[in-house]
Amino acid sequence: MLDQTVQNSLLDIRGVCRSFPKGSGEDLLVLEKVDLTLRAGEIVGLLGRSGSGKSTLLRIIAGLISPSSGDAKCRGETIVGPPNGVSMVFQSFALFPWLTVLQNVELGLEALGVESTERRTRALAAIDLIGLDGFESAYPKELSGGMRQRVGFARALVVHPDLLLMDEPFSALDVLTAETLRTDLIDLWIEGRLPIKSVLMVTHNIEEAVLMCDRILVFSSNPGRVAAEIKVDLPHPRNRLDPTFRQLVDSIYARMTQRAEPKSPAIEGIHGTGVGMVLNHVSSNVLSGLIETLAGAPYNGHADLPILAGHLQLEADEIFHLGEALQLLRFAQLSEGDLMLTDAGKRFAHLETDARKKLFAEHLINYVPVMGLIRRVLDERPSHTAPAARFRNELEDYMSEDYADETLKTIVSWGRYAELFAYDEQSELFSLENPH
Amino acid sequence: MALQDLRIPTLGQAMRPNIWDVVALILVIGAMVLIVYGGEQTTAPLSTLDVTPVSLDPSNLPAYALRTTLRMLLAIVCSIIFTFVYAALAAKSRRAEMVLIPLLDILQSVPILGFLTFTVVFFMNLFPGSVFGAELACVFAIFTSQAWNMTFSMYQSMRNVPKDLEEASQSFHLSGWQHFWRLDVPFAMPGLIWNTMMSMSGGWFFVVASEAITVGNTTVTLPGIGSYVALGIQKQNLPAIGYAILAMLLVIIAYDQLLFRPVVAWADKFRFEQTASGNAPTSWMLDLFRRTRALRALSYPFAAMNKMISNWHLAVPAILKRPAKNGPPSRVIDALWLVLIVVSTSYAAWRIYQYLSATLGPLDFLSAIGYGLITLLRVIVLIFFATLIWVPVGVWIGLRPKLAERIQPLAQFLAAFPANLAFPVFVVIIVRYGLNANIWLSPLMILGTQWYILFNVIAGASAFPTDLREAAGSFHLRGWRWWVKVILPGIFPYYITGAITASGGSWNASIVAEVASWGDAHLTATGIGAYIATATEAGDFPRVVLGIAIMCILVTLFNRLLWRPLYAFGERRLRLG
Repeated sequence: MLDQTVQNSLLDIRGVCRSFPKGSGEDLLVLEKVDLTLRAGEIVGLLGRSGSGKSTLLRIIAGLISPSSGDAKCRGETIVGPPNGVSMVFQSFALFPWLTVLQNVELGLEALGVESTERRTRALAAIDLIGLDGFESAYPKELSGGMRQRVGFARALVVHPDLLLMDEPFSALDVLTAETLRTDLIDLWIEGRLPIKSVLMVTHNIEEAVLMCDRILVFSSNPGRVAAEIKVDLPHPRNRLDPTFRQLVDSIYARMTQRAEPKSPAIEGIHGTGVGMVLNHVSSNVLSGLIETLAGAPYNGHADLPILAGHLQLEADEIFHLGEALQLLRFAQLSEGDLMLTDAGKRFAHLETDARKKLFAEHLINYVPVMGLIRRVLDERPSHTAPAARFRNELEDYMSEDYADETLKTIVSWGRYAELFAYDEQSELFSLENPH
Repeated sequence: MALQDLRIPTLGQAMRPNIWDVVALILVIGAMVLIVYGGEQTTAPLSTLDVTPVSLDPSNLPAYALRTTLRMLLAIVCSIIFTFVYAALAAKSRRAEMVLIPLLDILQSVPILGFLTFTVVFFMNLFPGSVFGAELACVFAIFTSQAWNMTFSMYQSMRNVPKDLEEASQSFHLSGWQHFWRLDVPFAMPGLIWNTMMSMSGGWFFVVASEAITVGNTTVTLPGIGSYVALGIQKQNLPAIGYAILAMLLVIIAYDQLLFRPVVAWADKFRFEQTASGNAPTSWMLDLFRRTRALRALSYPFAAMNKMISNWHLAVPAILKRPAKNGPPSRVIDALWLVLIVVSTSYAAWRIYQYLSATLGPLDFLSAIGYGLITLLRVIVLIFFATLIWVPVGVWIGLRPKLAERIQPLAQFLAAFPANLAFPVFVVIIVRYGLNANIWLSPLMILGTQWYILFNVIAGASAFPTDLREAAGSFHLRGWRWWVKVILPGIFPYYITGAITASGGSWNASIVAEVASWGDAHLTATGIGAYIATATEAGDFPRVVLGIAIMCILVTLFNRLLWRPLYAFGERRLRLG
């Protein structure tokens, strides 16, 4: 029986697409024609920026949502609802706060109707395996984040799934805790003590993917598709300082910034440009700080992203957001995994607060189309006011409501800093008047 | 914190009344008309009950108190069952939700004593000439005072179950039945228990009011504290009123100690605070009750039962399942459903029109609206005065933790105490000194509900962050400025919660407070409450329906146009932390 499943692929995803309805009525495509095959005995990572649809793909595999088109099969059967033999570990742990550790772990078995003495034995074994001995009767709120996620693992493992799905399982943990948990898990995996055949994990942490996975699928955004497949042949346990390891990380950084680039030049009418550009909220304070850091030693206007991320203790995803914001405003340029200040950026670094605001305002008007639009509307109207809904509706023609909210928040915060306009949150009204 | 679980629906609904409210209003009033109409059609005359007469002998009081308590208990059990079924239906089925939720909203603002008029007729017809019908009517009246906000709380919780837990339960193959008991119910528990306690507090008022009631020529007197007081009023026996008040005090304390403390202590674990952020409820109430951990042992049988029930492998009927998030819902069934709603609403509207227009002219409508506005004015003035008195007092107490700890339970207790038991004391004074009923009966409306303002303000002031107080002190903010800039915004959300409850309670109380008597002396104040009460006593159902409809509309508008926007403002701008 075992051999058969080994030969057949555990998971077979063919041409899967998924779209969500967005504000204006059309659908927003988040996954486009994704193929993925998973065999027994491997750990596969789905790596990508937020919004690249990797979590959506994981949820399709978990049977929590269904694909808009394409074919998703688990052990040869089309996935309808959560398939048997697949269990999931959640980013937020998703523990039931009113159940003890033991009860949480037993929950999956109860649902399967496992008889109570066997349930208890298996649950205790899983708790033992994952290093939770002594915590059986504790409630989740009494545990630290790392311990909670261990409960999450025990709960997923106790049903002896063929496939373990992990949705950014370490990203809610602090650096040290996450590292311990990762190595513990990998140790159990290579010792063959985990009652599972394969692991599929979603992550946006490049080092984590290289550390744990045998195969990494790099996703590009808008819409999400597989941009590259990278095999990691390094033997376990892997060493982060190993030159081959570093090289691999660097190359993935480079690949991911490459992908980011074609987004910026104006392609008319395409999602992500013009007025319909999604703006991730980054505080102007952070941007100023980053520009100053880049301008100063040791970077002197030119930084390698992995090094910068390490220095600033930022996740890859966050450093991408920052870099892209700077690139959008033409204060810096991203390419091949590097971030370089432009002349304007260098100038910005040496200006006083008021002059910075002026320069920032200039760049906003020139390079962020929606900012120009808002300013124009405000100038043209006799009242010099405009409701936020006016712009939100326009944004929602291009993006989902969540992104429109995020973009609007960014607009308000940048516009306030640049003193381009005032915004009253109570009445949701943009205006030109400044309180004096 | 727990206080925000109170009945204000922060649903995605618009603030302003919409078409669904109108539909719901028509359906509710229509149902009342049909009940009365059916009652009038039956040829059997509404019989006068022949029950053991209530006696004023204080030695009977323990037995009366017991019966009152049992009615209360029965009603709360009914309310919980209703809550589970109704909330589950509304939360799991989109089509049911369209009708059920506006309906619930209207039901919340129907004056509960108004229900009583109809339910007495209905149940007496169901069991002609037997005490059982009257008992049922009374229990049903208490039920109507308790169920709606509990259901609302449950429904809101069920719609807000965290997505990750939802996904976890799905991916671990929990059946619909297991999902309900393992996830929905525990998650809803804290809000539900808080609302059940609030309901109980309100319920005492109505159990007292509904034990002795006259509808037309039917007089129902059920042995209990309420009818004991009614007899005391008739016989002008002031000591008897005193005994009744004492008995009620003891009953409420016992209920509190023996029922709610264990339940609350047990429910502690359901509080959803997995992410240990600082928003652990600083509920004075839980703190108060949590001291009785020893009683926890009592809850073990319940836990075992819950475990057994929740593990039944039952699937939710396919009809009740929310359609999968992708496939668009069937338009055909939607259309049919809408047609059904429109047809039944039109039918109800037509019946109401027919019933009312048979006896009432346009002038009656105008005068009823006029009465409604007078009562509205009363409510506004009373809330204003209560605010003026209790906000400063509450702040003063709340900022002194030791004192607040001692006063808070007292204020909560006063809110639970049925104020109508104390009415006669005030009426005696009004009668003796020949005071103007229109003015001096009014305070009775807020007698029982003003405490909600007090204890909410105390809770708000105690929760006010020390660092903000210290900051205000170090900037020398004092006097007027301190009130306006510091403490009033700080307690605003709490105050609004209290004021909403107080105003809702006052509307209800108007039906018993605008009409009062002491022996042969009858006092009547002008207002919609008196209008309904008089019509009820006369068995004039068209006027009762009209009065209730007007009050319903006024309460709904008042809530939607004033309280909810204020509440939303407080939640958005002034909620600390």
